[in-house]
Amino acid sequence: MQILGLYNYWVFVALLMIGFYAVIAKDNLIKKLIGLSIFQAAVFLLYISMDKVEGGTAPIIQPGAVDQIYSNPLPQVLILTAIVVGISTTALGLAIVVRIKEAYDTIEESEAAAMDREA
Amino acid sequence: MSLAAQLPALQVVVPMLTAPLVAFLRLPNLAWAGTLAASAMAFAMAVSLTLTVLGGVSIDYAMGGWPAPFGIVLAIDAFSALLLLVVTGASTLALLAGKASLDREIAVDRQPLFFAGWLLVLAGLSGIVVTGDAFNIFVFMEISSLATYMLVAGGPDRRALTSVFKYLIMGTIGATFYLIGVGLIYMMTGTLNLADMADRIGAVEDVKPILVAAGFITMGLALKAAVFPLHAWLPNAYTYAPNIVTVFLAACSTKVALYVLLRFDFVVFQGNLAQHDLQFAGFLIPLALLGIVMGSIAAVFERNLKRLLAYSSVAQIGYILLGAGCVSLLGLTSGIVHMFNHALTKGALFLAVACLGMSLARLRVSDIAGVGRQMPWTMAAFVLAGLSLIGVPGTAGFISKWYLILAALEQGTLGLFMVAVIIGSSLLAVVYIWRIVETAYFGEREAGATVCAEAPLPILALTWAAALANLYFGLRPQLPVELATQAARALLGDAL
Repeated sequence: MQILGLYNYWVFVALLMIGFYAVIAKDNLIKKLIGLSIFQAAVFLLYISMDKVEGGTAPIIQPGAVDQIYSNPLPQVLILTAIVVGISTTALGLAIVVRIKEAYDTIEESEAAAMDREA
Repeated sequence: MSLAAQLPALQVVVPMLTAPLVAFLRLPNLAWAGTLAASAMAFAMAVSLTLTVLGGVSIDYAMGGWPAPFGIVLAIDAFSALLLLVVTGASTLALLAGKASLDREIAVDRQPLFFAGWLLVLAGLSGIVVTGDAFNIFVFMEISSLATYMLVAGGPDRRALTSVFKYLIMGTIGATFYLIGVGLIYMMTGTLNLADMADRIGAVEDVKPILVAAGFITMGLALKAAVFPLHAWLPNAYTYAPNIVTVFLAACSTKVALYVLLRFDFVVFQGNLAQHDLQFAGFLIPLALLGIVMGSIAAVFERNLKRLLAYSSVAQIGYILLGAGCVSLLGLTSGIVHMFNHALTKGALFLAVACLGMSLARLRVSDIAGVGRQMPWTMAAFVLAGLSLIGVPGTAGFISKWYLILAALEQGTLGLFMVAVIIGSSLLAVVYIWRIVETAYFGEREAGATVCAEAPLPILALTWAAALANLYFGLRPQLPVELATQAARALLGDAL
């Protein structure tokens, strides 16, 4: 049961590997970026999983509630920052792909590399 | 509170707030002047902080008045002061020298945005160095990396784009690995403050997640620092970046990643995990030795001038790691001194290359045949900095190699092998520097090739300033050595 109980973390590992595989194995630059996004999203899940406190509710103080258990808000804040970083990275990556398409007229990494070798 | 007490925060705030201002300045000359002013101010603050730290005080600054471990703390000690000097110094020197060179490579209407990116790199790198919070390091690392990608992509060759894409992928993977590691440590200790982490890890019963975290953090930062064999992004990124950007990046960006690696490892893990020092050494020393050998060999056979120097940087990162891998006072001192000295050496060399780039369209070794007679001042500065790269006595490079060899000799039989590698790779450095010198002075200029004029005065003067700094810190090494020794003492802490 211990293993099944940690299914969040199994999903984290699976997503991480799927993203990593796409980054390494795909030749298409857009697919690489999609892989990179999945790779980063996996880490968001890791952070969100760890902040859950058993029986805890949303970390907003309720007047009158005594002995209320709250989930840890800090990892949520951290991952909000990391999501912003992820968006910026994807946006910048896509911008570079647009420039590569203009300069090489392809978004396949191997084709661009072949053109560089000829030059 | 006086303004001086706010210096640790201002170190980051000044370049970061100047960046959007510069982006809105539509006049490139004004944008350049604003960037230079912010960078020079950052350098002045770094000098002031260094003087305070040299007095034996380390500074803790609570952001927003929230005390550690609840708030984010900025911590300045000798190690961070040294890195701050390198980062802000390299930025100021490159900007001061580089206006003419940048005008050739960056379109005028794009320059304000380019300079805004430059300031963000400066703010990010300074931020990594001053902060004492693990997650803060991640955020600053991404600020500086994203801006760096932009600067590198500004290069005139279209291959800048493919190499920056590779850099972006590998840099992001490195940063994400670091983030996973920090998350795992947070899970086990409940803190993000580096000093606090070190206290609490000792109380953790199940150390497996901590070990996994140590692996992720080491790999992630090694990717960022271009430790062999994770250096694949570095040669092309350095080669196709605008020449002045290469000066800035080669002097400091990988060193800042190494700084985080050392700080994290020694402050958080070294005292708390059984046998961690042996694992650290056992993992990094072979990589360092391989990096030194392979980097130097690749440089010997490389035909592009900038890529040749970039491969030599891979070897130099190996020297820094080798020193740190000894896990001794002398070893760490030599590694940290080499961070400073190598920044001086590579800064001067790439500035000389930028001078060459003012009159040459392509920068292959064969293209500079006979240039020594047409650009005597540039090539003389190159030779001087080259001597420092080799490690000739009297130059800065000699000081770090001397300390490194002393540290290696403490290690017994393995140490003798390390000394052999260091000396062998210095000889390889003689070979690749000599190849350039020989071509430049004894080669014949091709018939019909353009006559090269000497580079404009500002860039030439600063190239010489950087080259002479190599001599100065070779003859009077007290400042970096003192800072490095203090830093090494602080890192080793209890282990001494």
